[in-house]
Amino acid sequence: MIRVVMPAHLRTLARISGEVTLEVSGAVTQRSVLDALEERYPVLRGTIRDHATKQRRPFIRFFACEEDRSLDPPDEPLPAAVVSGKEPFLVVGAIAGG
Amino acid sequence: MSGVRLLVGTHKGAFVLKSDGKRERWEVSGPHFAGWEIYHLKASPVDPNRIYASQSNGWFGQVVQRSDDGGTTWEPVDNKFTYAGVPGTHTWYDGTPHPWDFKRVWHFEPSLDDPDTVYAGVEDAALFRTSDGGRSWEELSGLREHNTGPRWQPGAGGLCLHTIILDPSDAKRMFIAISAAGAFRTNDGGTSWKPINKGLNSEYLPDPTAEIGHCVHHVAMHPSRPGVLFMQKHWDVMRSDDAGESWHEVSGNLPSDFGFVVDIHAHEPETIYVVPIKSDSEHVPPDGKLRVFRSRSGGNEWEPLTKGLPQENCYVNVLRDAMAIDSLEKCGIYFGTTGGQVYASADDGDSWKAIVHDLPAVFSVEVQTLP
Repeated sequence: MIRVVMPAHLRTLARISGEVTLEVSGAVTQRSVLDALEERYPVLRGTIRDHATKQRRPFIRFFACEEDRSLDPPDEPLPAAVVSGKEPFLVVGAIAGG
Repeated sequence: MSGVRLLVGTHKGAFVLKSDGKRERWEVSGPHFAGWEIYHLKASPVDPNRIYASQSNGWFGQVVQRSDDGGTTWEPVDNKFTYAGVPGTHTWYDGTPHPWDFKRVWHFEPSLDDPDTVYAGVEDAALFRTSDGGRSWEELSGLREHNTGPRWQPGAGGLCLHTIILDPSDAKRMFIAISAAGAFRTNDGGTSWKPINKGLNSEYLPDPTAEIGHCVHHVAMHPSRPGVLFMQKHWDVMRSDDAGESWHEVSGNLPSDFGFVVDIHAHEPETIYVVPIKSDSEHVPPDGKLRVFRSRSGGNEWEPLTKGLPQENCYVNVLRDAMAIDSLEKCGIYFGTTGGQVYASADDGDSWKAIVHDLPAVFSVEVQTLP
C-alpha cells in the first residue's frame, strides 16, 4: 500500500482528508503512483502534471524519505520505504520565502 | 418579488451575494474555493441555477467548477484545454517567437439558448467551447490560427482573451477581444474571424492604426442593438455603430480615458458607464476620487457619479470584468475593486453603497436578475 500526502488545496479539491493510500500494480514509480492517484481522483488530472505531457507542474515538488525526487526520471523506482508504506510519497506545493 | 444574485470572483475565492428587488440588504456566501484565484463566474441565461466558475492558481493550474443550484454546491468538470493541432508561436514581449501555452480561463460566456454550451476565453489567447456542460472542451481554432496570430503579443496581464459577446440576433455572429491583439468578429460561428480594429489609435504601437496589436480592455453590447459596440481601450473610450467595422472615440470630457470596464444600462442603450483610471502606469482613480462616469448620449458627454463613493484617498482599481448591470427598474449597477469592495447602485448610478467592504481583490462581478 502506497501512502501519498498532498497539499491542502488538492485535498480540498479531491474532497479527502489526511493521506491517501493506493494500490499500485507493477513497479512503484512516480509515474505509476500519480497514474493511480489520478485514476482514483480524476479531478486531480492537470493539477499535479500537465494533461498532455505528464510533466510535473513547475511549482510542484515530489519528496520521499526526506529527499527531493522532483527531478528524478518518472519511471525510476521509488525507495523501498515508500513501496512498503513505511514512508509516504509527498506532493508538495513550492513555498516562497519572504 | 424578484431578486438579484451577484457572482463575485476574487483573488482568494468566489462569493455569492443575494438580495431581493430592493437591493438594500445582502446575504453573502463564500468564500467558495478559498485560496484560489477566481477570474470569472457566469450563469446561463436560460438556466439561472447553472453557473460556471474559473478556478486557478500558479501551483495547481486550472480547475473548472459548475453549480446546478445557483452557487450553493459545486462540482469540478473538465479542465483540459488543449490547443488544436500544432499550435506554433505567438510573439513574446521582446518580439521573439513564443510557444502558445495555456495558462487559465479568463472569461466564460454561456450560450444564450443552451445551458450546456459555454464559450471560454483563455490565456494564451484562444477560444474554447463546451457543448456538454463542461465535461469536455474543444478549441475553436480558427481564431488563434488567424494569419495575424503569430504577431499577437501579450499585454501587461498576459495574452488573454477576456471578452466574448454573443449576438442575440444572429447565432453565428460573435465578438471577442484580446489584450493586446485587439477585437475580432466571426460571422460563421467561430470558423473564421476578422480583426475589427479600424479607427483605433494606439500611440504605443509602431503603427498606431495597425490592423492588430491594440490593447482592448473591454467591449460591451446592448442586446437590443447588436451592431453598436462600446469599448474601453487601454486609452480611449470608443464606439462602433457598424458591428466593429469602424470605431470612433467618445471619450469626450472624461478626466482620463484610461480604464478597464465599460457597461450599458439595461433599458437605455445610449446610457453607458465607465470608471476612469489615472493612467497605464498608475492604476488608481484620478485625484484619489472613485467616480463612475455615465453618458446618456452614447458617449462624449459624461457626468460623474460620486454619491456614496469615496472622494478622497481612494487608490483602488476596477478590473475589466468587474462591472455588471441588472435588468430591474431602476436597474442596478455593481462594480468591484481591487480593494475588496463591491459597490451597488439601485438607481441607475445616482447613488452608491458598498455592500461588502473587505473581500479579497475583486477580479469579476456578474449579476443575475432572478424572477
